[in-house]
Amino acid sequence: MAAFGPSTAQPAPGAPEIHAAVANEEAVLDIDGFSLWYGAARALWDISMRIPRGKVTALIGPSGCGKSTLLRSVNRLNDLIDGVRIEGDMRLNGDSIYDRAVDVIELRKRMGMVFQKSNPFPMSIYENVVYPLRIDGVTDKRVLDEVCERSLRGAAIWDEVKDRLQTSGLSLSGGQQQRLCIARAIAAEPEVLLMDEPCSALDPIATGRVEDLIADLKGSYTVLIVTHNMQQASRSSDYTAFMYLGRLVEYGPTDDIFMRPHRKETEDYVSGRFG
Amino acid sequence: MSAPDPKHPARRVRALSLFAVGEPWIWLTNAALVLCVSMIVGLVGLVLVEGASTFWPTDGVRLRLLDGSVVIGEVTRSELHAPTDVAIREQVGEAHVAQAREKIAAAGGEARRDLVRIGNYEVTGEHFRWVSDFNVAERGAPKDLVVFERVTWGRFYGTPVRFERAGVKTADGTEDAWRAFEEAHPGCRERLETRRRLERVDLGRVNHALSEARLTLRRAEIRAGGVASEADQAAWRTRTAELEAEATRIRDRIVAIDKENDGWVVIMRIADGKEVPIRVADVVRAYRPNTLDTAGRLGVLVSRWREFLLDEPREANSEGGVWPAIFGTVVMTLLMSIVVVPIGVLAALYLREYAKAGVVTSSVRIAVNNLAGVPSIVFGVFGLGFFCYTVGASIDQLLFAEKLPNPTFGTGGILWSALTLALMTLPVVIVATEEALAAVPSSMREGSYACGASKWQTIRRIVLPKALPGIMTGAILAMARGAGEVAPLMLVGAVKLAPELPVDGIFPYVHFERSFMHLGFHVYDLGFQSPNSEAAKPMVYTTTLLLILVIVTLNLAAIRIRTSLRRRYAGGQF
Repeated sequence: MAAFGPSTAQPAPGAPEIHAAVANEEAVLDIDGFSLWYGAARALWDISMRIPRGKVTALIGPSGCGKSTLLRSVNRLNDLIDGVRIEGDMRLNGDSIYDRAVDVIELRKRMGMVFQKSNPFPMSIYENVVYPLRIDGVTDKRVLDEVCERSLRGAAIWDEVKDRLQTSGLSLSGGQQQRLCIARAIAAEPEVLLMDEPCSALDPIATGRVEDLIADLKGSYTVLIVTHNMQQASRSSDYTAFMYLGRLVEYGPTDDIFMRPHRKETEDYVSGRFG
Repeated sequence: MSAPDPKHPARRVRALSLFAVGEPWIWLTNAALVLCVSMIVGLVGLVLVEGASTFWPTDGVRLRLLDGSVVIGEVTRSELHAPTDVAIREQVGEAHVAQAREKIAAAGGEARRDLVRIGNYEVTGEHFRWVSDFNVAERGAPKDLVVFERVTWGRFYGTPVRFERAGVKTADGTEDAWRAFEEAHPGCRERLETRRRLERVDLGRVNHALSEARLTLRRAEIRAGGVASEADQAAWRTRTAELEAEATRIRDRIVAIDKENDGWVVIMRIADGKEVPIRVADVVRAYRPNTLDTAGRLGVLVSRWREFLLDEPREANSEGGVWPAIFGTVVMTLLMSIVVVPIGVLAALYLREYAKAGVVTSSVRIAVNNLAGVPSIVFGVFGLGFFCYTVGASIDQLLFAEKLPNPTFGTGGILWSALTLALMTLPVVIVATEEALAAVPSSMREGSYACGASKWQTIRRIVLPKALPGIMTGAILAMARGAGEVAPLMLVGAVKLAPELPVDGIFPYVHFERSFMHLGFHVYDLGFQSPNSEAAKPMVYTTTLLLILVIVTLNLAAIRIRTSLRRRYAGGQF
């Protein structure tokens, strides 16, 4: 364990508490001693965790704890920000993510990402969904049609849009737009699906539908989801990691984290005493 | 009034100051808007009213003056003035001063004077004449008055007295002569049109072939380094002889037509009673203003507008049409847009998407913005020095050496004008495009990157389509600015009269090196360079009106495209 810097206001916590159940799972994504700086400010402190295959893993923690930063580090979206520096590495199915030789574009094609605010592209619903294939140069109409239908069915929005695939993606309602983005994210059969607070901009009904969808995706996709919503984390995830001030505090099966947390900070947070 | 409630004493309402409420700001902002709108409406209204009324045929007048002389023509405008004694004496002569004074006194000390278009320039030596109403003994609107608009010498006012065919009188008296004229007129015009075609198209083609032949010889000379081979010279001689023979044949036909047309003459009596022969073929349009009903007047109006829009100018641009200027303006503006939009968009893309933010980028941005403040004439000087004299001269050296010392591209032309204006409007496009690019939400870019798109794929598929309406706005602004610009064009290619359009039927069909006519320059030329400025003045308004209409049309087309793009990318069907 690397030494913690002196800059945090909180007393430096000890090593993260990682429950034994996590270690038994087969990992898709292996985060190994990962730290990140925005310029001089350190945002992530030596995070090590393994994301199990075919499960939903939730990242929880108060605002500014680095959940989103960690998520965006997985597909290297943070590369786009000037002055970002990292240490440590991550591995996707054994392949290094941060190695110099890695082609970022190829890497991102292996993952799907859903953002906090739905961001359909200014094009038709159909083109939105097949976008990952289009940029890969796929032009076979049969393949595209098939992927489009499969992804839209996968995102539980097929029945609502099947008759208007050629209308603009921006003409859908907020919840539909978010499910459209999920369809887009799963179109290229990603190895990991990253979700950054996918329901925070949605009303309760739309949230419910997206949560149902996440439950459906479980098994066929590995999902790493950032959420502010405790109920959502407890309802829809298998594993939960609690982060605080850029550090991983506790990581284990969701039931354990919510019912029998080992750490006091975790207990305080999940029971709503702070955060 | 009820008694005050002791529980709820009336609260003293503190008088809110007007400024705190913000009322004066509403007035102020509203006043500013009203000022802007009234200026625009005033300007456009003036142009519209003056421009639209120019071609309406007015009544003809016949004025008998106090000294017995007669003035016939059309009243173009009137004004009130207080005449001095000297002026009265000068106008009416010593004998009639008392009579004139009486009239002025009866009118309350003021006199009206009319500017009468008297025409008949070859006889009278002037186009217009002021006539004060105290000088008029009798005012009439004779039904037999005829207005001729002629190919040369401007308008003619008179009364037909007889008609002659090949020197033989065929009709006598006003009505018969007029009928004979009306019968003969279309045929004469048709022959004149044939003659014009022969001169412009056929003779033009022969002349073009002649110069081609000469250039071929010249090329052979340059190749041989001095004297062309005997064979080349012989070929040139044969070709030239052939062409000369054809030219002679065409000229003979022209002479024959002229001779035929010379035989159709209407004899007109003018104001002072003299008889003047007028070739029927010289008359563009003839009408009797005082017998016209509204439909007849509308007919004249339509016919004049038709001529204005579709014909070439004549009489130093003060008459005829402005078709070459319309064509030149539109082609030049489109050419400019084709050049400026891609360059500006690419430059803005680099500046916004690729260049690292820093001192250099900001400096470039500031420099581009300042470019918009450089006086347009400076761009004209630059265009002349760089495009015409440097680039154009080099092109001439390389490709058109046989024509030297006559410049081909080494002088003002439509291409250099378009490039100069493109340079001038570049900042508009760059700034607008940058704004549009900056307005594309970063969430969309991130979404694209997260799908594994490269930077270029993201720009091409997400950023550019989303920014397209904003980019179109920039293009519209650039077009509006470019189409109305005159000053730089005077240096790099716009001319008073360009008989050849930049696009025609002679290979290579599009002639970028040709100078061209431009509506904006035409307005300047009519208003300030015309020898007959009084006659040209109404044309200034109509030409301005037309320029505004052309710009509005171009803008509306661009706005339509933008609207359909916007609808396409924000909802709606694909």
